[in-house]
Amino acid sequence: MSLKGFHVFFISVCLIFSVGLGIWALRAYRSTGQADSLYLGVGAFFCGAVLAVYGVWFLRKLRHLSFV
Amino acid sequence: MSAAVAIPHDMEPHPVTGMYNGKFGLWLFLASEVMLFGALFSSYVLLRMGAPEGTWPKHGAEILNVPLATFNTVVLITSSVTMVMAWAALKMNNIARGQLFLTVTFLLAGAFLVVKYFEYSEKFNHFEVWLKEPMVVDGNSVSSIRGHLAKDCPPLTKETHIRAFAIPEFILLDPDAPAGSKEHPPTLRIDGGNIRRISDFGPAHSTFLATYFTLTGLHGLHIIGGMVVILYFMLTGSRFAQKRPDKYADRIECTGLYWHFVDLVWIFLFPVLYLL
Repeated sequence: MSLKGFHVFFISVCLIFSVGLGIWALRAYRSTGQADSLYLGVGAFFCGAVLAVYGVWFLRKLRHLSFV
Repeated sequence: MSAAVAIPHDMEPHPVTGMYNGKFGLWLFLASEVMLFGALFSSYVLLRMGAPEGTWPKHGAEILNVPLATFNTVVLITSSVTMVMAWAALKMNNIARGQLFLTVTFLLAGAFLVVKYFEYSEKFNHFEVWLKEPMVVDGNSVSSIRGHLAKDCPPLTKETHIRAFAIPEFILLDPDAPAGSKEHPPTLRIDGGNIRRISDFGPAHSTFLATYFTLTGLHGLHIIGGMVVILYFMLTGSRFAQKRPDKYADRIECTGLYWHFVDLVWIFLFPVLYLL
């Protein structure tokens, strides 16, 4: 696997974990009511969205490079 | 009597593996790294499952700093992006841009270590005191108190043979604010006669923190290793890239694969240690 393939895998894992962190933080906010958890949750979902957009952009930009 | 000997499959793919030898070697190395970190993750799971009740925090956020770790996660993800951009620029023969992205990756790695340093220092200045007889703090009876030593508290000494803190005559402790509050209870004077054990939040504090320092410390060493390689290419890369641009791009690809692996380890460490 080339760096391109590994990078796509890495960004996909990060995207899944960002959504996971967002869910964890919002659940923490619901149980404790702490504003920090709310900010963390919203931030995590935002990062997830940024990663998704970046992933698509990356695949388009480096179309000519091999996955192998 | 010197003759140039061409190393086979130095740059072109080997017919068996489908990749050049350097990349194949790097993947074999990463396989050994997976086993190393896999063994440590398995140890973590076994220690956590077997921990007696009350000896393991419900989740790491009780002790560890989640916002700092989140910031560090973003820093590492960004460094992976700049690493892959460096490789892509070199593939397009844009050496200056490749070197620039490599430098940014190095700086981001440095930022990660600086934040980690502050996180570690905080642990070594934060204490827990286990009491023989419970005390009332903020209206609650407690058998252990967490906090920072007050300014006028006499310094603590360590018993060298067991590397644990000696029980002092007394300590002055500024207790942590209760969960959900930012107001700290007033400074406490705790007599040595009532102290069963005192520890900072270093590896000796608990199995959880020993595991935390082992995993994050080993990960930190991998970051330093990656920084040494990146620094080497930052310093020697321009000359190398002008002579053999394709080979240089391949070397940066191998460095990038290692760097992505190190970042991926952190992506797993973060939720396991800080959130769960």
